[in-house]
Amino acid sequence: MILSEEIKKSLLAAVWFMFLTFPIMVIRVNTVQNIVEWRWKNMLLVGIAGFFGSFLGRSFFRQKEKGEKKADPNTISVAALVQKITGNQRLSRLALAVIAGFVISFPFAFSLYQINIMISALIYVMLGLGLNIVVGLAGLLDLGYVAFYAVGAYAYALLNHHFGIGFWTALPIGAVIGAFFGILLGYPVLRLRGDYLAIVTMGFGEIIRLILENWNAFSRGPSGIAHIPRPALFGWEMSLEMSTKYIYFLMIGMVLFTIFVVNRLQHSRIGRAWIALREDEIACQAMGIDKAKTKLTAFALGATWAGMGGVIFAAKTTFINPASFTIWESVIILCIVVLGGMGSIVGVVSGALVLILLPEYLRAFSEYRMLVFGVILVVMMIFRPGGIIPDVRRTYQFRKEEH
Amino acid sequence: MTKNCLKRMAVLLLCGALSLGLFTGVGLAAETIKIGVAGAHSGDLASYGIPSMRAAQLVVDQVNAKGGVLGKKVEIIAEDDACKPEIATNTATKLVSQKVDVVLGHICSGATKAALGIYKDANIIVMSPSATNPDLTQSGGYPNFYRTIASDDAQAKLDVEFALNVLKLKKIAVIHDKGDYGKGFAEFAKKFLEESGKAEVVLFEGITPGAVDYSAVIQKVKRENAEAVIYGGYHPEASKIVGQMRNKKMNTIFISDDGVKDDTFIKVAKEDAEGVYASGPKDTSSNPLNVAAVKAHRDKYGEDKGAFFENAYSATLALVNAIEKAGSTDYNALSKALKSEWVETPIGKISFDQRGDAIGAGFSVYQVKGGKFVEVK
Amino acid sequence: MSWDYFIELFLGGLTRGSIYALIALGYTMVYGIIELINFAHGEIYMIGAFTALIIASVLSLFGMHQLVVLVLAVVLAVVYACAYGFTVEKIAYKPLRKAPRLSVLISAIGMSLFLQNYVLLAQTSDFLPFPKLIPDFEFWEPYSHIISSQELTIIATTVVVMILLTFLIKFTTIGKAMRATAQDKIMAALVGIDVNHIISITFIVGSATAAIGGVLIASHIGQINFFIGFIAGIKAFVAAVLGGIGSIPGAVLGSLVLGWTESFFTGYISSDYEDVFAFLFLVFILIFRPAGILGRSQTQKV
Repeated sequence: MILSEEIKKSLLAAVWFMFLTFPIMVIRVNTVQNIVEWRWKNMLLVGIAGFFGSFLGRSFFRQKEKGEKKADPNTISVAALVQKITGNQRLSRLALAVIAGFVISFPFAFSLYQINIMISALIYVMLGLGLNIVVGLAGLLDLGYVAFYAVGAYAYALLNHHFGIGFWTALPIGAVIGAFFGILLGYPVLRLRGDYLAIVTMGFGEIIRLILENWNAFSRGPSGIAHIPRPALFGWEMSLEMSTKYIYFLMIGMVLFTIFVVNRLQHSRIGRAWIALREDEIACQAMGIDKAKTKLTAFALGATWAGMGGVIFAAKTTFINPASFTIWESVIILCIVVLGGMGSIVGVVSGALVLILLPEYLRAFSEYRMLVFGVILVVMMIFRPGGIIPDVRRTYQFRKEEH
Repeated sequence: MTKNCLKRMAVLLLCGALSLGLFTGVGLAAETIKIGVAGAHSGDLASYGIPSMRAAQLVVDQVNAKGGVLGKKVEIIAEDDACKPEIATNTATKLVSQKVDVVLGHICSGATKAALGIYKDANIIVMSPSATNPDLTQSGGYPNFYRTIASDDAQAKLDVEFALNVLKLKKIAVIHDKGDYGKGFAEFAKKFLEESGKAEVVLFEGITPGAVDYSAVIQKVKRENAEAVIYGGYHPEASKIVGQMRNKKMNTIFISDDGVKDDTFIKVAKEDAEGVYASGPKDTSSNPLNVAAVKAHRDKYGEDKGAFFENAYSATLALVNAIEKAGSTDYNALSKALKSEWVETPIGKISFDQRGDAIGAGFSVYQVKGGKFVEVK
Repeated sequence: MSWDYFIELFLGGLTRGSIYALIALGYTMVYGIIELINFAHGEIYMIGAFTALIIASVLSLFGMHQLVVLVLAVVLAVVYACAYGFTVEKIAYKPLRKAPRLSVLISAIGMSLFLQNYVLLAQTSDFLPFPKLIPDFEFWEPYSHIISSQELTIIATTVVVMILLTFLIKFTTIGKAMRATAQDKIMAALVGIDVNHIISITFIVGSATAAIGGVLIASHIGQINFFIGFIAGIKAFVAAVLGGIGSIPGAVLGSLVLGWTESFFTGYISSDYEDVFAFLFLVFILIFRPAGILGRSQTQKV
C-alpha cells in the first residue's frame, strides 16, 4: 500500500544518490603512489542515508503540505505565538522580564568565549536590522551591504590612528559616514530594479574592498590595521574580561536602541512609504510618494547601522583588514534577514542569533560544520520559506459573525 | 494545536542539545597537555590550514606513543578560523576557555594579529607555522608570539640578493596576489631592489587571485622586456602565470617565495615549472626527521604533505620540547625554554631569538630541476 | 609594436570572455526560466571538472588511449553534472516554487556551501593538477604562440554552444515550452505544458554547459580545487547581467565585454584596480541601459 510504495520510492532515491555520489565519494586517486582508492563503504553509507533521508524528507513534506491545507491561519504558529505574547500585556511583561533577566545575567554565567560570540551575534543583529530596512521594508535587494560595515570599521581605525579619536566620538562619525556612502551608492542605482540592483550593489561592495586592499597609503592594504583600542569607560584601563563584558552591555544597549528606532521608523510615514515601494513601485509613485527620496532614505538609514556596527566591530576585534569584508559577509547578512523573516524585527533578531551562533556551536562537528550549515540553510528555507518568524502585517479586521 | 506543541518541543530539544554540546567540552579533566591548533580548516584557504592540523596530529601521536610529556598525554584541540580576523578572535577565546596550554597557529597573519591579544591576556604562547608579517615579531607588540617561518622581509631580501648578485638581472617585474602575504613580500622586494640601485623595477602590479587567466599582465611583462618576474603569493596563481608565460613562448625567469616552494606547484605546473626559482627553508629533505614526518603523513592520509607542513611539524616539536624542558606549561618558564633550548626538527636544529623568530632554520633559494626543488648553492 | 600589443590584449580578452561565457550561459538559462540567481551553478561547474579529473585519472591508470579518456571523461562529466543539476533543483528549488524569491536565493546559497564542502571533505582541500585533455593541434602550431589550441577550443566551443542553445530555444518545441514557462508559469500549465518537466530540462541543459565549460577551463588552467566554482560563478553572473540576464546572446556578449574590459584595463592601466574598473563599467552600462546591453526593459502593467 502506501508504505510499500514509500519504501520503493526511498529505495529508488537511495540508488540515485549512490549513483550521484559515486565518482566523488567512492573513487579517490592517490596522487602519490598513483593508485586508485575505492571507498565502497562510503557508497553504502550514502545509500543508507539516501534511503532514510528521502523517506523522512518526504513524510515531513507531506505533513507540511497537509498542515497548510488544513489549518491555513495557523501556519505561522511561531509568529502567532509571538503575537499572542505581545498582544497580552501580562504575558508580554513576563516574557520581557525573563529575557531581560537572561540578558543581564548572561555575561556572569557564561565563559568569555560565550560572551565573545554573543557580541559577534549582537553586531550581526544590528547589521541585520539595518539591512532589513533596505531589503525587508523597501524591497531593494542589496548584496553589497558589507561596504558600509567596512567604511565604519575603517573610519574608526583610521581616525584613531591618525588623530587619536576615541570610540565614542567615532561611533556617530561612523554612522554619518555610513549614511553618506549609502546615499552615494543609492543615487546612481535609483533606476535599477531587482537583480540588476543586486549586482550593482555587489559591485559596490567589492569596489570598496578592493580599494582598501590596493590603496596602501590610505588603508595599509591587506596587512590591515592592528592595535585598535577597545572602547574606553572614562579613561579606565580594563582587563580583557572586563572590557569584553563592557562591550557586551554596550552592544545590548545599541541593539535596543536599534530596535526602538527601526520599530518607530517602520510605523512612521516613511516606513509605510517603504512598504508601499516594496509592494508596487508604480502604484506607489501614483500615490504621490517621491520614489527617489524614499529609496535614498532607505539606503542611507540602512547604511547608518552598518557604519556603527563597523565601528564596534573594529573596537571589538582590535584588528581589521579587508579580508573581513568580502561578498560572503554581505551574503550572510542577507541570509539573516531572509531566514529570520523579512520585515520582522523579532525575526531578524532570531535570524542573526541562529546564523551567527550556529557555526560556532557546530564546531562540535569540526570539519563538517560548514557542510551542516549549508544543509540547515536549505532545510530551513524548504520548511519555513517565510523565515523563522515572518512579518505579520498590521491588519485591521472587520469581523463578521460566523454562520 | 498539537502541532504547535510539537514544534515548541522540538525547539526546546534543539536548544538543549546545543547547550549540552557546549558544556561537554569544558568538563574534560586537566590531566592532558592541550595544544590548540587554529587556522583555516574551511573556506578558500583551507588548503593552507589543514596540513598544519595534520602535522600537529602526527607529532602528538608520536609523542603519546612514547608516553607523552611530563607523564601526561598530549591532546590536540583544533579550531577553525577561516583566516578571518573576526572569527579568529572567537577561535582564540574558545581555545582559552578550553584551557589550552599552548597554541599552534594561526595560519594567516591578519587572523594571528587579531587573536594574539586574547592569548596574551591569558598568558598563552602562540607559535605560527606560516604567519610571515614582519610586524608580528618586529613591532614588539606581541611578546607571546613565535614562528618557524621567515618573515616577509627576510625572504624578500634573500630573493632580491639572489636576483641581483647571482643572476645579475637588470630589469625586474614585481607581481603579487594582493593578499596579506604576497603583497607584503612584493613590497619589500620592490624596496630592496630600489635601494640597491642595481636593477630597475619595470612593473609593480597586483593580480586577482582565482582569476581564470593572467594573459594581460603577462603581455605587460613582455612589453616591458622584464628579464625576470619576482612573484609574491601562493602556488595556484604562480603556476597559472608560469604556464601562460611558457605558452606564449616567453622564457622570463620566475622567482618567488615560500608560498610557491611547494610540491603541488611542480605537480600542477608540470614541465613549465622547470627553472623556476623559489626561496624556502634550507633543504632538509634528507634530514631523517623530515623523511620520517613525510612518510608518516603519507601512511596516514594517503596524500602528499601540503603547504607549511614542515613548519607546523617543527613548531609542534619545538612546543612539546619546550614544555618538557621547562617542566611545566607556565608562561615564563616556557618562553625561557623556547629561547634557550635547541631542538631537532625537520627544518633543522632550531631555537628562538628574543623577538620570537626561529634561528637555525636557514633559508635558501631553490630551483626546479627535473621535477624537484634543488637547492641553489 | 603597440598594435601587436593591442591585438594580444584583444585575444587575451577574447579567451577570458569565452571562459566567462561558458559559465554565464547556464546561469542565464536558469535565470531566464525561474528568475533565480543560481548560486549553485558555479558548484555544478566545479563538480563537472572534478568528475572529469577523477574519471580521466582512473582511466589513464588503466592504460587507456588518450582519445578514449578524453571522450569518456567529457561525457561522464556532462552526465554527472546534469544529474547534480537535476537533483539540486528537485531538492532545493522545487519545494520553494511558491515561496518568496529571496528564500530560493538563500536555499541556493545553502546548496552552494553544501556542495563545496562535500567535495572538500570527500576529495581534498588541496589544488589538484588537471591533465591537459585537449591536445595541441598540429595544423594550429604556427599560430599557437598567439592563441593556444586550448584557447581556440574554448572560443570555438563557446560559439557552438551559443548557437545550439539559441537554436534549441528559438526553433524546437521544448524551446517554445521554455519560453512560455519563462513568461507565465500558470498560463503555460493551462496550455498543457508540464512546467516542472520544462524547468528540470532547463537545469539539465544549463548543467551540461557548465560541465563542458568546467572540463575545458580546468584543462586550460591546469588545476582545480573545490573553491573554483564560487569565484567563477560570481564573474559569470556579472557577465550575464551585463549582457541582459535571461538572453543567450546577451550572456556571450556581456562575457566578452567583461573580458575585454578587464584585459584592456590591465594592459593599459593597472591590474590592481582591474575589478574595480570592471564593476564601475557595469554600473555605468546599467545606468544607461538598466536591463543590460541586450536586455529589453519590460513595460509593467499596473
